[in-house]
Amino acid sequence: MIFDALLLQLGYNATLVTLGAALLGMAAGVGGTFLFLRKRALVSDAISHATLPGVALAFMVMVALGGDGRNLIGLLGGAAISAAAGLLLVSWLSSKTRLAEDAAIGSVLSVFFGFGIVLLTVIQTMSAGRQAGLEGFLLGSTAGMLRSDALVIAVSAAVTLALVLLMRRPLTLAAFDPEYGTSLGQNVPRTDLAMMGLVLAVTVVGLKIVGLILIVALLIIPPVTARFWTERTNYVVLISGLLGGVSAYIGAALSAALPDVPTGPIIVLVGFALFLISLLLAPQRGLVSAVTRHLGYQRQVHLRQGLLALAHGQPIYERMTLRLLRKRGWALPDGVATPEGKGRAAKAMRDETRWQEIRRDPAFEVAASRYDGLTEIESVLTPDQIIEVDRRIGRAGPVPA
Amino acid sequence: MSLDLVTTDAFASQETARQDSPLAIRGLTVSYGQKPAVFSVDMTVEAGKMTAIIGPNGAGKSTMLKAALGIIKPLAGTTTVFGKPVAQQRQKIAYVPQRASVDWDFPTRVIDVVLMGLYPKLGLLGRVRAAHREKAEDCLARVGMQDFATRQIGQLSGGQQQRVFLARALAQDAELYLLDEPFAGVDAATEKAIIAVLKSLRDAGKTVVAVHHDLSTVAEYFDNVFLINTRRIAEGSVVNTFVSRHLQDAYGGRLAGAQMDALALS
Repeated sequence: MIFDALLLQLGYNATLVTLGAALLGMAAGVGGTFLFLRKRALVSDAISHATLPGVALAFMVMVALGGDGRNLIGLLGGAAISAAAGLLLVSWLSSKTRLAEDAAIGSVLSVFFGFGIVLLTVIQTMSAGRQAGLEGFLLGSTAGMLRSDALVIAVSAAVTLALVLLMRRPLTLAAFDPEYGTSLGQNVPRTDLAMMGLVLAVTVVGLKIVGLILIVALLIIPPVTARFWTERTNYVVLISGLLGGVSAYIGAALSAALPDVPTGPIIVLVGFALFLISLLLAPQRGLVSAVTRHLGYQRQVHLRQGLLALAHGQPIYERMTLRLLRKRGWALPDGVATPEGKGRAAKAMRDETRWQEIRRDPAFEVAASRYDGLTEIESVLTPDQIIEVDRRIGRAGPVPA
Repeated sequence: MSLDLVTTDAFASQETARQDSPLAIRGLTVSYGQKPAVFSVDMTVEAGKMTAIIGPNGAGKSTMLKAALGIIKPLAGTTTVFGKPVAQQRQKIAYVPQRASVDWDFPTRVIDVVLMGLYPKLGLLGRVRAAHREKAEDCLARVGMQDFATRQIGQLSGGQQQRVFLARALAQDAELYLLDEPFAGVDAATEKAIIAVLKSLRDAGKTVVAVHHDLSTVAEYFDNVFLINTRRIAEGSVVNTFVSRHLQDAYGGRLAGAQMDALALS
């Protein structure tokens, strides 16, 4: 069953929902990247919680007008309006009052959400409200989703995705160096507004599938995860879109196969699993790599210090240093250098002098920037350059050997 | 009557100077809250010269530059660039912000930062082609950073970061270069590299304006100075303007007599 869902074998509707979710996940991952890079990630939490009163009010209005309260476009329209009101309120509070942005986010989020819950309770008491299914907007639900709903979600997600990609350059500038962007003639406040508009669109479109409580995760987890794998903005955007798409696809498929499980939490858990893998295993920024690198570095430091101590004929006090030197056969248990150790020590000493020389000369700037007291000098200089450096050292004074 | 004529003539010639000036500021006032940081400042930058903006800490040097560029909204005042409003002349201006204004852990490489200088030419969707990349690499070479192109920017030293900012400005092919404290916290090698590039720009007929804080190098690096302490103190050639009387006006008691002597000023 689960396997069928992942392969889109559960019928036309489920397939449409899953694909719509994947598009939404991509739009959220791509749009969320710029939110994350601009360090405004939490604003999206205020936006999403501020949708609830809009959804409830739209339902009431549509029922009062004698229509079907569950019309998705109507509900999302209401959500967009109240989310926009919440967003404007946050930016007004943080720019025009002494309230900091985090406090503004907290107050707007809780007040709008609280108001929305009250309205939901009122709807429960209405005769048309019993089957409203508005609770589905809290945690996301694909159960009973209409074909037209899925189509609306898929199309809007695709449009949002295209818009974010279209604006990637101004968005990058606004996030990295807004002052420079302004000097190029870019209207940075308008770019920020556009970014928030796109985030709002993702949020509103995602309400039905992910739910308003967890949509923030779909905006933040993918870019944070993507950041582990690359140092380039464009790649963060691409990887984040991919991760968002995959998480939402798997989450929606699983939820279609297991109808009682809300969609949002599953999508978020899939995203979190990808995050955890990246946190641990990413090649440069991952934890495992960082710890291994640190331990390797520590060993190298001890070895180098030990060799320099041997070269100076100083005693070695640290047990770790002595152990490492002994393991390589460079020192005896009493801290006296072996013949090989003596050779290594002399080499370490000579390399120190060489480093000193190239760090003094601006012509060697690139090589010198690699200096960390450990890097082998042969890995940054050509043999000819080393001869040249040695020649200069020779002129300056005898090489201690 | 003759006196009237003289002043009118002087006024008219001043107006022409403003019309031609790469950067002319009039009546610029910027305030944070109720306290003005820059008050009613006029500035007329001479074309094809290197001008230093100097003044004590908190005198409004950077603020003036940012307000002229529209980065901060001024309370009053106008800025023209080659006789036209600054908003119409963006393609002629290259700005090098202070290093501290940027998040250095941002996922971007040195070459990507330089390519940002080409964004106005690339537009929203223009593809980065080999020619653009070559251009960016040339600009990096001019500041001696060509071998760092693929490093993440956070891995550079402060001086190297500053040179990358300068390379990005060079990529814009501008007429007017505005730099905010380009020598703050950089090593001697970088300072030399930057000043060489700036002088080559001037020799190519470009105009350079830099906020500067090191009085001891003003005479060596710059042609003109603009002294500011919230208000404009003086502006003109280094020889005529960078004199102890004006410095006293700008710095007040903050500049000890001994320092004045060290600058060997008349």
